[in-house]
Amino acid sequence: MTLWLMAGLLFTPLAWAVLTLLTDFARGRLVTWGGILVQVLVSLGLWLTVARDGGFYYGLGGWDAPLGIELRVDGLAVTFVLLTAVVASACGWHAGIYIDPDKPWHRYFWPLFWFLWSGLNAVWLGDDLFNLYVGLELISLSAVGLVALGGKASALRASLRYLLAALLGSLAYLLGVALMYGQFGTLSIAGIASWLTEHPVPAGSGLALALMIAGLALKTALFPLHQWLPPAHGIAKSPVSALLSALVVKASFYIAARLWLELGEPLGNLVSAQLVGLLGSAAVVWGSWLACRQLQLKQVVAYSSVAQIGYLFLLFPLTYSVSESVSLQAQQGITLQVISHALAKAAMFLAAGNLILSVGSSRVDALAGVSRFLPFSLFSFGLAGVSLMSLPPSGGFAAKWLLLQASLESGQWWWVLVLLVGGLLSAAYVFRIFRASFLESPESDQFYHPARSLEVIPMILALLALGLGLVSEQVLSVMALPFEVEGSP
Amino acid sequence: MTLNAWLPVFALMTSLVAALVIFALPEKGYRLRTAVNLGAALVKLGLVVVMVWGVFRGVDYGVSFTMVPGVAFALKADALSMMFATLSAVLWLLTTVYAVGYLEDSPNRSRFFGFFSLCVASTMGIALAGNLFTFFLFYEMLTLSTYPLVVHRGTEKALKAGRTYLIYTLTGGAVLLLAIAWLHGVEGDLPFREGGHFIDADADIHLSLILIFILLVAGLGVKAAVFPLHGWLPQAMVAPAPVSALLHAVAVVKAGAFGIVRVVYNIYGIEASSLLGVLEPLAWLAAFTMLYGSVRALSQVALKRLLAFSTVSQVSYIILGVCLFGPVGAAGGLVHLLHQGIMKITLFFCAGNYAETLGIHRIDDMDGAGRRMPGTSLAFTIGAFGMIGVPPLAGFITKWTLGSGALAANMDWVIAVLVLSSLLNAAYFLPIVHRLWFREPNGSWPRERRWGRLETNAWLFWPPLLTAVMTVVVGVLASLPFSPLSWAELIVLREYSP
Repeated sequence: MTLWLMAGLLFTPLAWAVLTLLTDFARGRLVTWGGILVQVLVSLGLWLTVARDGGFYYGLGGWDAPLGIELRVDGLAVTFVLLTAVVASACGWHAGIYIDPDKPWHRYFWPLFWFLWSGLNAVWLGDDLFNLYVGLELISLSAVGLVALGGKASALRASLRYLLAALLGSLAYLLGVALMYGQFGTLSIAGIASWLTEHPVPAGSGLALALMIAGLALKTALFPLHQWLPPAHGIAKSPVSALLSALVVKASFYIAARLWLELGEPLGNLVSAQLVGLLGSAAVVWGSWLACRQLQLKQVVAYSSVAQIGYLFLLFPLTYSVSESVSLQAQQGITLQVISHALAKAAMFLAAGNLILSVGSSRVDALAGVSRFLPFSLFSFGLAGVSLMSLPPSGGFAAKWLLLQASLESGQWWWVLVLLVGGLLSAAYVFRIFRASFLESPESDQFYHPARSLEVIPMILALLALGLGLVSEQVLSVMALPFEVEGSP
Repeated sequence: MTLNAWLPVFALMTSLVAALVIFALPEKGYRLRTAVNLGAALVKLGLVVVMVWGVFRGVDYGVSFTMVPGVAFALKADALSMMFATLSAVLWLLTTVYAVGYLEDSPNRSRFFGFFSLCVASTMGIALAGNLFTFFLFYEMLTLSTYPLVVHRGTEKALKAGRTYLIYTLTGGAVLLLAIAWLHGVEGDLPFREGGHFIDADADIHLSLILIFILLVAGLGVKAAVFPLHGWLPQAMVAPAPVSALLHAVAVVKAGAFGIVRVVYNIYGIEASSLLGVLEPLAWLAAFTMLYGSVRALSQVALKRLLAFSTVSQVSYIILGVCLFGPVGAAGGLVHLLHQGIMKITLFFCAGNYAETLGIHRIDDMDGAGRRMPGTSLAFTIGAFGMIGVPPLAGFITKWTLGSGALAANMDWVIAVLVLSSLLNAAYFLPIVHRLWFREPNGSWPRERRWGRLETNAWLFWPPLLTAVMTVVVGVLASLPFSPLSWAELIVLREYSP
């Protein structure tokens, strides 16, 4: 059973990528919707299997490491696989209706979409540094392609900037991988970690880790390396922006987090941990501030991503030389933040796309009166905003609560200020949109009403983000599952 | 789970489901929306009555599950929560009736009634919350659901008031969250318990406890409009009259006051709070706010702003009562939670009637309005006399009980504050009453509308009269069982001898 699920999970995206390459947009849409169904069922099945039986290692094609590719199928990984399935299928569904099928270059949307999906799964499940790199490159290249589909000159410019940043990040990461391999003779993260428990730390391996994390931070758009993100996420088609903000930046963060959690204790130091946390805090403040000042609706949402990504990097100081329970709280909080931000931000970009479609302009001040004509999409936007503001009962709130507890218990009270101020700043940019749309304008009959299904999709995602807080205990308990089957590290 | 566990959930769900249904209804479905609104309000009132009877007989209503690792989402009904829940259920029904008449023919009614129901669901959640974490959940939900009501008119002024409101309440919420998280770090998850938790607290956490208390009161004090955190309240007066009525009588300011009561009685415990020495400064702050609000009310020209400053003053009666150590004073504070709600909602309904029927917003336009609108003006007069504390109305009961409590607690200065505050109340309410009944009208009204036989729309006419009658009844029958005063004494009995 598990074998079939794994095969389905890994095989479908690649097969569908090839299939859709052969068709035009409209037929690709039908093919894709079928593939989405398969992929969601497989992801759900795998999640249920792991929730019941615990995690395991999976040798691809029956070849175990170090010869073959080994995948690490644990609670956290399958949760992210499921999250990807939910968000990507929502975006795929939305894109099928939202994107104009008559533009010839739009037929490349589906293959890129599927390559992106397979790259994401490869990263969640990957266990050695080089496979993670391959997954990461697959993601970056298809994401750049998706941004370029915007078609306009500005979209091309943004995608080129994105490409340069992504390549630079990959280069730094790859250099780090090479250094690691030279020093430890293995690419498995678990292998390096277990080697380090028995031997003294070799000189220079800290540098390798720093290089890798710096490269990944560039790909995750950590302040001050964030400049490429807002133009790329702001100019892309709404479903693409949703995919990028919700999932793509999380992939590189996920690798950085795993590196840190396995190797941070021996290779890192207190100063660098605090420094990363500080950069994250600066991202929270600076990103929110800029989000408050943007004139374009989607730029507001994109800068909000810069801010929300900042919270993720609090993982570094909150897990370095602290007690076991604090570290666990921080990890749980960050995981919830990843999930709730993915759901909420996807909802927000899709809802923003609907609002833009409705008023025919992407400017914030063009929204006047939209609350009367598109209340449903605006409401989805607001519910997603509740999660971004980390107000209860959303997943964002549960995440913030755990991070507050971790900061207070480890005596690092300065992150408490960041968490509280960040929440208020995000309220400022979310309510700015509401302020604009509650304004009653005299001329108000030029609204276009988008299709009902376009409006339903962001609502579903926003409700998931909101409800996550209520079931966060259950979700987290699946991630905390121990490995039942011992793998070969 | 038994039915008893589910009753609080049902009570919460009635308004929540009503909100969702109303959002889904089309804008034009006027009759259906009104039916859903009134039906849900009646069902909720019924559930609350059942629970009041149950709590009186000592039944436990409660449900809880782990939400985030280490913290529970808990609902439970004790005597104190039922007091707030009853207030919310009764006044929701009346305000809904009033709002249906008030918003006749205005746009965005679907949105309005949806958020209105959400707002009431939040107050219900606040009443039934079983620990601080759950309380906070609904406290923030209240902030979010009242914002669209405050900015309902969509004018620049309304949006500006909405922004002020958010800045105050969200900042207050952040401070409250910090306090709750800190308290959780010190002592873990604390359910609301009669008698509190900290009577035997170690001396080495006393300082943290005091600091946390200050943060808690600061966070809650924003909504309770305690000086100097009251700035949002007069501005929020741009909201439609039913919203102001609800904001002042049940929802926002009461949520803050109720939270302070919860913290003092059910988290810290009255004896521990007294030992920590935090009650006396809070009492001084409350007393100052009482006088400050009244003094500011004296100089207002707009009727609704005057009522807003009067609220600033009146809500601090509740806080003052909580800070008087001893059962009598506590009963006085708690009973005002209900009394102030009933009286203030009467006054706001009347203010709305004057504005809708005659276009009166300023006090100096009110000359002779008593002849044109005798019913509304009678209700206003009763409400105003109640606020001043004329026997045997509700406000008198409050002030008398508070005074006795102050004597029992050896805090004689409170008597002076009460007398002074009553004089100030009289100084700003009596001139209005005089204008209503004894002055000649100025000629024509600013903007007059007529509805058939009654002096105003029937939906607007009856609610204030009804609440005025309640103001008289709860005062005259204060010693009967199930009167607000008897219920407050029941709560106090359970708090002081858990």
